[in-house]
Amino acid sequence: MARGELVSIIGPSGCGKSTFLRCLNFLEIPDSGMVEIAGVTITRTGGRWTRQEEDAAHRLRAHVGMVFQSFNLFPHRTVLDNVMLAPVQVKRVPAEAARAEALALLDKVGLSAMAARYPDTLSGGQQQRAAIARALAMRPDVMLYDEPTSALDPELAEEVLSVMRTLDDEGMTQLVVTHDMRFARAASDRVVFMDGGEIVEADDPDRLFVDPQDPRTRKFLRSVL
Amino acid sequence: MKGVVGLLLALVAMVFSVAGHAAPLRWASDAEANVPFVFHDPADQSRLTGYEYEIAQAIARRLGRPALFVQNDWDGLIPGLQRGLYDMVIDGIEITPEHEQGVLFSRPYYMTTERITVRRDQQGLDTLAALHGHVVGTLKDTTAERMLQADPSIRIRAYEEETNAYTDLKNGRLDAVLLDGTIALYYGSPDPDLKLVGEPIGQVAYGVAFAQGNTALRDQVNAALDGMMRDGELHRILARWKLWTPAMAALTGDATTPDIAPDAWDHYRAATAPATGWRARFDRYVSFLPLLLHGAVLTFAVSACAMVLAVGLGLALALMRRYGPRWLGALATLYVEIVRGTPLLIQILFIFYALPGIGLRLSPFVAGVLALGMNYAAYEAENYRAGLQSVARGQIEAAIALNMTHFQALRFVVVPQAVRMVIPVMTNDFISLLKDSSLVSVITLTELSQTYVRLSSTYYDYFGTGLLIGVAYLLLGLPFVRLARMAEARFHTGRQRRGHI
Repeated sequence: MARGELVSIIGPSGCGKSTFLRCLNFLEIPDSGMVEIAGVTITRTGGRWTRQEEDAAHRLRAHVGMVFQSFNLFPHRTVLDNVMLAPVQVKRVPAEAARAEALALLDKVGLSAMAARYPDTLSGGQQQRAAIARALAMRPDVMLYDEPTSALDPELAEEVLSVMRTLDDEGMTQLVVTHDMRFARAASDRVVFMDGGEIVEADDPDRLFVDPQDPRTRKFLRSVL
Repeated sequence: MKGVVGLLLALVAMVFSVAGHAAPLRWASDAEANVPFVFHDPADQSRLTGYEYEIAQAIARRLGRPALFVQNDWDGLIPGLQRGLYDMVIDGIEITPEHEQGVLFSRPYYMTTERITVRRDQQGLDTLAALHGHVVGTLKDTTAERMLQADPSIRIRAYEEETNAYTDLKNGRLDAVLLDGTIALYYGSPDPDLKLVGEPIGQVAYGVAFAQGNTALRDQVNAALDGMMRDGELHRILARWKLWTPAMAALTGDATTPDIAPDAWDHYRAATAPATGWRARFDRYVSFLPLLLHGAVLTFAVSACAMVLAVGLGLALALMRRYGPRWLGALATLYVEIVRGTPLLIQILFIFYALPGIGLRLSPFVAGVLALGMNYAAYEAENYRAGLQSVARGQIEAAIALNMTHFQALRFVVVPQAVRMVIPVMTNDFISLLKDSSLVSVITLTELSQTYVRLSSTYYDYFGTGLLIGVAYLLLGLPFVRLARMAEARFHTGRQRRGHI
């Protein structure tokens, strides 16, 4: 991926999209292969996950933010605390600086009024935007989204997608696993189609959606469009 | 507060075995419901009294050593002797071949007989033979019990506390009570609902008990007893308690009948006469308050310390089981299963009486806290494990994705949520721990429940004192309930507002 790109991953359910995404920040440990993000490289050739590899993964995750389908906000902390927690505890940012940055990020995702609320009192769209702010607070180079709008009604999904478009405009590198074909087509620089655990084809959205090369891509697009 | 101070001194002495020239003569008895042997003066609960108390004082004086009383539960008296908690036991212990296998006895210091007590309206149950086929109460492991066992048709109810036997007789659960003359005189005869019937039966001898092999002290005490019999001191003590018997005259060869007023007996009768009128009753309950307070403080201290231990250890065990390496988890599981699978009472007794065998001597307080804390830790561990399991997998993933270490994820994300889930259960556990703390009374700690036993059996007043103790427990539990509510409210701020989007 190039810096500043927005790439969508599409494909039938169970085709390995999410697993692929989770391998990128080692929430899942891949058996073999290589991941390189922002200059950190981890190569796996089977065997046990070692202490050194975990340390390398820790360095790699410093460059990677992640957003989940089910938000996974921390329910025992306010929205502001959710955003501040990792910078303060992991990066040892002074609380005041972290608070200022967190408030700025919440403002950016349109949630400055919700800073003192608990996640459970927010709508799904608001929760997902808070989760994006939480990931951004660690100043990642890459954002990973695992079906960020699948749990949301269309109008709430739109709030989230518009935040992602804004980030794209600002030059954030984003990789999105999605079932939202309209978003994939309209917002992506490239679209990746996966099936059966492998990448079938990757192309410019206008080409992939209009003139897919692989019969499996054609079959999938016929069924969802 | 001499009794309380004495008790504390005794506890201190147990921890740091006091040594020196005139080392105190540490003697033990069960002063709960133990009239006329050793008991708390009904007129002044902080003062110990009883004819055996006076005998112990006289022995110590003749040995030139200060007497140091150690309270222990009846069942724990002999184990405590073997453990070296004290030098001797004086508590109406009968000299029998069975007892002689476990301890060393002095010469008898008192001889008495067995007496039958029945309800005032009953007729005819005045000999051992007449008890044929009836329900008869007595004390466990006594000569009286063995006498009753000779007739298999008698249904024996063997009690731990004589007061319970007499209460059951009054309540109609028993047809008669067969017990030592001393006990019958003090518990049976003063009661307007009961009467002593028939002739004295058999003979019982009480001796001072020592640890096997402690013949040196036994010989000194024997010499002291000889002296007391020769110069009439024993006679005077027993006469004051109205306990001089023909058997004693035969034992000591003292046929005199000196003119000694039974003032100790009179004092006891006056102090325990049923309080009439609510004013007298009220005054009596007010006089219980210092004792209640002392019991409550001990109950609270034991429970609070045990809770802290239970929470800390419980959390460690739960984390070991869920996140630790396999062998550590297995160890934690083993601990939980063993502790949950054995009775708390056994654990308390084991920690206090068995551990000194491997060189671990604990004060009763520390042993009590340790036993309760370690027991409840097992239950807390299971609660926390359930709590940890209830925290969604996604929470850890989110924390890891934010580049937290596993430890940080537990510390900031998982554990706080697990704690919030288990707080209601913990509240229940803590209140039940408060109540289970009554079990530490078996290792010489006089907490609230033991205070109830002492007060109610002294005054035959199970109702009023029962209510008082109940209120004391409720008041103790209340702060914990409040605390838990507050914590719950604090942790649940988010949840409570669910639905108000």
